[in-house]
Amino acid sequence: MSAVVVLAIVAWFVRAALASHFVDGRVVRQYLFSPLILKGARNTVLVAILSQVVGVILGVIFAVMRLTKNPVLKAVSGFYIWFFRGTPVLLQLFFWFNGVPSVFKHLTIALPFTHVVLYSTPMTTFMTPFMAAFLGLALNEGAYMAEIVRAGIMSVDEGQVEAASALGMTSGATTRRIVLPQAMRVIIPPTGNEFISMLKTSSLASTITYVELLRAAGDIYSTNLQPVPLLVDAAIWYLAMTTVASIGQHYLERHYARGQAREMTPGFLRRLTGNLALRGKR
Amino acid sequence: MVLAESVQKWFGRNEVLRGIDLRVEPGEVSVIIGPSGSGKSTFLRCINHLEKISGGRLSVDGELVGYRQQGDRIYELKDKEVARKRSEIGMVFQRFNLFGHMTALENIIEAPRHVLGRDRATAIERGRALLERVGLGDRADAYPAHLSGGQQQRVAIARALAMDPKLMLFDEPTSALDPELVGDVLEVMKTLAGDGMTMVVVTHEMGFAREVGDQLVFIDEGVVVERGTPRDVIASPQHARTQAFLSKVL
Ligand SMILES: Nc1ncnc2c1ncn2[C@@H]1O[C@H](COP(=O)(O)OP(=O)(O)O)[C@@H](O)[C@H]1O
Ligand SMILES: [Mg+2]
Repeated sequence: MSAVVVLAIVAWFVRAALASHFVDGRVVRQYLFSPLILKGARNTVLVAILSQVVGVILGVIFAVMRLTKNPVLKAVSGFYIWFFRGTPVLLQLFFWFNGVPSVFKHLTIALPFTHVVLYSTPMTTFMTPFMAAFLGLALNEGAYMAEIVRAGIMSVDEGQVEAASALGMTSGATTRRIVLPQAMRVIIPPTGNEFISMLKTSSLASTITYVELLRAAGDIYSTNLQPVPLLVDAAIWYLAMTTVASIGQHYLERHYARGQAREMTPGFLRRLTGNLALRGKR
Repeated sequence: MVLAESVQKWFGRNEVLRGIDLRVEPGEVSVIIGPSGSGKSTFLRCINHLEKISGGRLSVDGELVGYRQQGDRIYELKDKEVARKRSEIGMVFQRFNLFGHMTALENIIEAPRHVLGRDRATAIERGRALLERVGLGDRADAYPAHLSGGQQQRVAIARALAMDPKLMLFDEPTSALDPELVGDVLEVMKTLAGDGMTMVVVTHEMGFAREVGDQLVFIDEGVVVERGTPRDVIASPQHARTQAFLSKVL
């Protein structure tokens, strides 16, 4: 009964929207595959994937640092997580894009304690919108991933470490070969969510002139004055990306679930069709 | 093979081992019994340096555990050296501790491949032979979660043996098992003892102690209360505490 009411309300909304020409379907179609929107979509995927990958790497490093006995490493990691989780990511993007070039005019990489310069460039050349977006998103993500990885590592039974040590494995090998692979079970699901969130959060980079999907849409509708169809185009692309990401997440979860007593369901599509078949029978 | 001289261990202010003496000759099986919390696990863990001793002397095969003696100075070993020493001592745990993300065979070849640097084919060949030896030749590709406790423990024994240890430590290997699965594990251990492996076994299986034990050691509150041949200790315990304990486990 409640389902009928909800469906009726949705249908009413859709009709009202179409009747009022709220969305012009032709404009939606005209721009969905336009070069600028495609470029924006590509850039969104690019910066999201790069930031997520580097975020995961940073997360593993800082999580391991946090869990060592070394107080200095522990403190550095704690500070990093505290700082980057405690400030808005938009502020961090502004910091890299506006703040850093205003203070440091040149980026110079020299051999330590010498005057040998390996690389030097004006900061504005280095800190492109892409670079600022990538640095801001990756460093922010690293802080969140550190907490996720830490929870994953702590979920692994201590007996596993003990057995590995007793076999003569070094602590590094134990972490890499025994602990992290098993921590993955706990790490993957929230990491998938992080990536889906990253695809959307990367739209903040539109504010620092990085032409990702939302900025591309904005650039088009600021001249053709048709914001709704272009925002619909952007929404369609975001939905396509997040859907693909969640399917990928499912298969990754299944891979790392191997060896668990309760194996996961055969596959995303089969589960989907299985559900439909079940519905049909009722 | 193992020589412990008044080994002490403190956890903070808690003195868990209060001077343990033990001598295990090569090829001998020593069985340690004692009430829960008496320090049996802690002592075993000291032997392969999973715990650092707080006092006394402990050596395996004539070399100090965790330290190196040069003249009359004693140096602590680096982590790498400690790891190498541990690889020569097999350990079997009460809760098996098989690597959950690896099959039985992968569990067995992990350390030979990545600690000893053996090549894959050799390690697999040896691994299969060991699985055969513990009666699990057909379970090579099973994950631990799909094996019974008894099967897991036998895989764990095979995993330890794959390192060609000169000494095997068992910490209550059958305590977490359903009664009907205990026999298979004990059978494997008896065969191992028969093959001349040096073993230190913490267990309450007195039948096993009587059958293959060369000495029986009763530990209570961190000290050795009584020791002797299993037959003597079981038949005529000298101390009241030993008598009380044995009357519970026999
Ligand atoms: N890592 C540890 N930290 C503090 N206390 C410990 C630790 N490990 C064991 N103990 C204590 O040492 C005592 C002996 O423990 P254990 O060696 O496990 O006894 P058993 O194996 O004989 O049951 C117990 O009181 C236990 O609480
Ligand atoms: Mg114990």
